[in-house]
Amino acid sequence: MSESFLIRGATLPSGERADILLEGGRIADVGTLADAAGATVVDADGLVALPGLVDLHTHLREPGYEQSETVLTGTRAAAAGGFTAVFAMANTFPVADTAGVVEQELSLGEAAGYATVQPIGAVTVGLKGEQLAELGAMAASRARVRVFSDDGFCVFDPLLMRRALEYVKAFDGVIAQHAQEPRLTQGAQMNEGALSGELGLAGWPAVAEESIIARDVLLAEHVGSRLHVCHVSTAGSVEVVRWAKARGIDVTAEVTPHHLLLTEELVAGYDPRYKVNPPLRRQEDVDALRAALADGTIDIVATDHAPHPVEAKECEWDAAANGMVGLESALSVVQQTMVDSGLMGWADVARVLSATPARIGRLSGHGEPVAAGSAAELTLLDPTATADFGVDRLAGRSVNSPYLGRTLPGRVVATFHRGVPTVLDGEVRASDEIAAAFARLAEGSARG
Amino acid sequence: MRHLLSTRDLSRDDAIALLDVAEDMAAVQEREVKKLPTLRGRTVVNLFFEDSTRTRISFEAAAKRLSADVINFSAKGSSVSKGESLKDTAQTLQAMGADGVVIRHPSSGAPFTLATSGWIDAGVVNAGDGTHEHPTQALLDAFTMRRRLHGAASRGRDLDGVRVVVVGDILHSRVARSNVWLLETLGAEVTLVAPPTLVPVDVSGWPAVIEYDLDRALAAGPDVVMMLRIQAERMQGAFFPNSREYARTWGLDDHRFAQLPETTMVMHPGPMNRGLEIAARAADSMQSTVREQVANGVSVRMAALYLLLSGERGETP
Repeated sequence: MSESFLIRGATLPSGERADILLEGGRIADVGTLADAAGATVVDADGLVALPGLVDLHTHLREPGYEQSETVLTGTRAAAAGGFTAVFAMANTFPVADTAGVVEQELSLGEAAGYATVQPIGAVTVGLKGEQLAELGAMAASRARVRVFSDDGFCVFDPLLMRRALEYVKAFDGVIAQHAQEPRLTQGAQMNEGALSGELGLAGWPAVAEESIIARDVLLAEHVGSRLHVCHVSTAGSVEVVRWAKARGIDVTAEVTPHHLLLTEELVAGYDPRYKVNPPLRRQEDVDALRAALADGTIDIVATDHAPHPVEAKECEWDAAANGMVGLESALSVVQQTMVDSGLMGWADVARVLSATPARIGRLSGHGEPVAAGSAAELTLLDPTATADFGVDRLAGRSVNSPYLGRTLPGRVVATFHRGVPTVLDGEVRASDEIAAAFARLAEGSARG
Repeated sequence: MRHLLSTRDLSRDDAIALLDVAEDMAAVQEREVKKLPTLRGRTVVNLFFEDSTRTRISFEAAAKRLSADVINFSAKGSSVSKGESLKDTAQTLQAMGADGVVIRHPSSGAPFTLATSGWIDAGVVNAGDGTHEHPTQALLDAFTMRRRLHGAASRGRDLDGVRVVVVGDILHSRVARSNVWLLETLGAEVTLVAPPTLVPVDVSGWPAVIEYDLDRALAAGPDVVMMLRIQAERMQGAFFPNSREYARTWGLDDHRFAQLPETTMVMHPGPMNRGLEIAARAADSMQSTVREQVANGVSVRMAALYLLLSGERGETP
């Protein structure tokens, strides 16, 4: 296979139809193009060409929890879902709270080759919420960390949160907060409401999220810092973020695909595949989240891809782990909930799943428009393919997907990362093929 | 009946049929030889992940009086943190040929998971799961009410118009939940009385009236007052200031008891905290059904095991 690709007849996010030439790791040309010598032709008739997707919230589990996922398997899942860059959360073992660990994560990503792995640094040492981690050292490391998060835990201490928000201004960083008041959610198992009372499961009240977001936007305003809110899940949180933005506070927010589609009623069968933190909420919340994503109150979709081994989900509800895999299904869920419903177009999808997450995370070389001169990070989607979502669609190590057995629209046909296809004809390519392609590409640019 | 997981799944006819079988079982209990051969050759496992001697021996007596072989499996502690998972335990019991599993578990929904996972073919009886349900307790409570009200003419009767006041920790009570659904099915009118901290945040869908004032609830002249046990750990959870204030405000003390008509039943699922939620005078009075509840528990559990395990599995009796 050659190292240049001529993508014929793709539909751009704008709706225009165009050919796209990828050459030397960049988009060389977009328009009505003549055959290019030596280029592999990809028929993209009917396919939507999106800038390579960027996930601001991925759990890759390595180092430490390789039975759930590794950087290699997690980025393979990313490629399968059309992602070319993932931000790796810090709750590994050891925790990514030093320059050493984030550089290791970066190296593992470079070796894997399926996608850019941008490490997120922990806000506090060991995610314990007691003492700031070496934020500056992580920022200055080879991993160039700009996003800091204790995700899984809330930076609950208001003084520590204030200091973290202030401190990262020195290097244009952002604190990505897991908004969960810990005292209000002790032992919490599902959304608190009528259903939790009937099922006898301890409630996770919406106010536990909303009160932390309210506090944090006020702190961000006070110290003039940038705040990012992870996995917003309630209608009340949307109102708080909307208020903060109207006030000019520098806050961004994300929503997960599962909070755009699934509701708490699924918990009624005590199937732990539906156990996630923050929990699935009510239909009113789902509707508010969709509206907020469409009107820009919520800036991005992030997967919160959280792989777990089978035994962590094949058990009673209380004992089960929180989390769902989401990389492979994210684009399909966004298509179903936002595009097919008429709330957004493909240009909006490119914004919320690529351009804006790259901008929030200060990641260069990603989220650029499908235009000549941009980095060759590209996803081709067949929006007309509708199929049962089965385990064959999962490319990571874990299978804890809430969508198995559901019908979802859309299928990623090809993903190009740095000009090299990581997915082609709907199949994830073997890692040695990708490594060989990168080697030839590097050789070519050395000669050129 | 395939499993008994929740009183919510029971129709009025199912519930009355079960109570009527329990009447037959109670009649057997009055004989000199209390044992029936019905479940000879069947194996019932009492799978208890939480200590409860009272409930376990009640099920054990019920199974033995139906001539089933009984295995007691005490697996206290969280299944995942302390070794064997629920799945492995279930598959072990399957391999041993258990026909019925009576499960008590600290996690809400664990019996449902056991019954629907495909790990085991046995009929599952929920003997109390977390803060969810305790269906045989509600059935024995209904049985007790029916017997007190209708005596020998109980068969075929429901609880239409019976006014029941349930007092105590509704939030954490599996007894309250199972009672609310079953009493509604049988036609009773339920009032739940508790401090607001011990009521679930949204009970708008429950077929019950919520009342914070015990005296007002009692002044309405209920037919039944059911007191629930206050767990020691609730004292630490800031649900109420202390046990003195609880007893004063929500306890069935001597004064409140004295004002009840003599026809009002006083119920308690046990074990009782005398002096906290119920005064000794009320607990030991003629109106108290506490000991009948224990005796009726065996009859009702015999009925449940009989309906689940006799004849072809999965067949509707």
